[in-house]
Amino acid sequence: MRIGLKAGAAEMKPIVVRELIKEFGELRAVDSVSFEVEEGEIFGLLGPNGAGKTTTIKILVTLLKPTSGEAFVAGNNVLKNPGAVRKNIGVVFQDTTLELDFTARENLDFHARLYGMSKEERKRRIEDVLSLVELSENADQLVKNFSGGMKRRLEIARGLLHVPKVLFLDEPTLGLDARTRRRIWKYLEEFRGDTTIMLTTHYIEEAEKLCDRVAIMRKGRIVAVDRPEALVKRLEGERVMVIAESAEKLRSALKGFSIFERNGKLEIFVNSAEQFIPKLFEIARANGVNIEEVSIKRASLEDIYVKLTGGEV
Amino acid sequence: MSEIQGIYVLWLRDVKKFFRIKSRVIGSLGMPVFFLIFLSIGFRRASIPSLPEGISYGDFIVPGIVAMILLFSGTFSGVSVVWDRQFGFLREIMVSPVSRTAIALGRTLGGATTALLQGLMLLILSTFIGFSLPLTTMPLAIFSMFLIAMAFTGLGILFSVFMRDVHGFQIIMNFFVFPIFLISGTLFPISEFPEPVAMISKLNPLTYGVDAMRYATLGFSEIDPVTDFAVLLLSTFCILLTASFLFSRTEVE
Repeated sequence: MRIGLKAGAAEMKPIVVRELIKEFGELRAVDSVSFEVEEGEIFGLLGPNGAGKTTTIKILVTLLKPTSGEAFVAGNNVLKNPGAVRKNIGVVFQDTTLELDFTARENLDFHARLYGMSKEERKRRIEDVLSLVELSENADQLVKNFSGGMKRRLEIARGLLHVPKVLFLDEPTLGLDARTRRRIWKYLEEFRGDTTIMLTTHYIEEAEKLCDRVAIMRKGRIVAVDRPEALVKRLEGERVMVIAESAEKLRSALKGFSIFERNGKLEIFVNSAEQFIPKLFEIARANGVNIEEVSIKRASLEDIYVKLTGGEV
Repeated sequence: MSEIQGIYVLWLRDVKKFFRIKSRVIGSLGMPVFFLIFLSIGFRRASIPSLPEGISYGDFIVPGIVAMILLFSGTFSGVSVVWDRQFGFLREIMVSPVSRTAIALGRTLGGATTALLQGLMLLILSTFIGFSLPLTTMPLAIFSMFLIAMAFTGLGILFSVFMRDVHGFQIIMNFFVFPIFLISGTLFPISEFPEPVAMISKLNPLTYGVDAMRYATLGFSEIDPVTDFAVLLLSTFCILLTASFLFSRTEVE
């Protein structure tokens, strides 16, 4: 209320989430989540399955009601004014919601009617979005004969048909092959800046390539939000890989550092590898551990993700 | 404007699907056709005291079996909202500007229309086994059929609000739909029921629906036709009101 009166709907950022909580019985699926999405941004929620990404999206698109906290989409409170939110959003769900016994054009026409578009507008927009996702030639085929990738492309076209202020995509490339995935990224790229896009994904590559900013979720909480490169830089930018004779011993001696073990190698996240390596040898010598090999790697978003989510996928 | 478009789209979707998927139509007509044929053959010589002269058991059960298809098809269509909102096109509509009330109404109208179409097909098929359709009272018959279809599609949607998955479906069919069917005077005149059973049967909206259809098609009714239509209208209205109110409060998990 306070916010609505003071800032006014027009000046608000497209998505504002404050202290959002959603409980299903005993389970807290979303736990005090807060974030804001800027105008024209592609914002990603990255996290393992069950981290609360889909639940967060469902609250934002008014399918679920929050247990507590507030969320605003396109300046409207999702709980108090769901109708105004729905007018301004497009949604692409994780599972297809296309009518399979109808053609692509029929599916789009149904959708356009729901948004009260006039006949000419419907016709024009349907042609526009069909050519955008390169489905013009398949417009009059039944959707049940479409491949998974074609269905997803049609759903993206449908999500954009009524020119929403915010487009939500829940796992837009889940289960698609690498080529189709890149194609979908390309379409979304074309919208960068025009439409605010929020997507969930558990593909790190997707977050890294596509998103302006990424929020990493784990167990219902957001553990980090930033630009992908800044996340990598901010969170102890480098990684030292060590092969040692008694890895376990070295690991316990290095308590206090963030260490993971992968394929028999120890991976240590550090700010500066140059400063860390002399210290590493000192500690190894003091503990009687023989180091066989040391290498340095600049951390990637994947490393940060693994570190923050404890390696779940 | 988008409310009316929403209702129209949901209705159109059900009707288009009905005409597009032929196997579903034929499948749904199978059971009632067999009921009709074998009950009227088997009971053709049975004498039922509460039936007047000139109305055979075969004539008597035609409106009953038509009511059966309206009841089954309507309830099924309403309950199918459970998976439609979980996996289907309905989920898409739930995030569009169309209000939940309009969604409930559109879905009810669509389900009721397809149930009505099936009922009409059955009614036409029944003329092949000697049932005569009076053209002058057909509008009244169709009106009563439409009300029955609306009431039970609405009731199906009302049930769907309380169901999280499809597992409750069998319970609804066996403990709700079948008792409603058997106790409504579809297969036997309610005057043949013992007093306590007849009392329960008078609480069932389908009893009035079947009676109204019999009045319109055979000119025979066990209850005052005015009462039939009054009860039918009122119960349909109450069901739709409750169903759309409850539906508007549902969350989609």
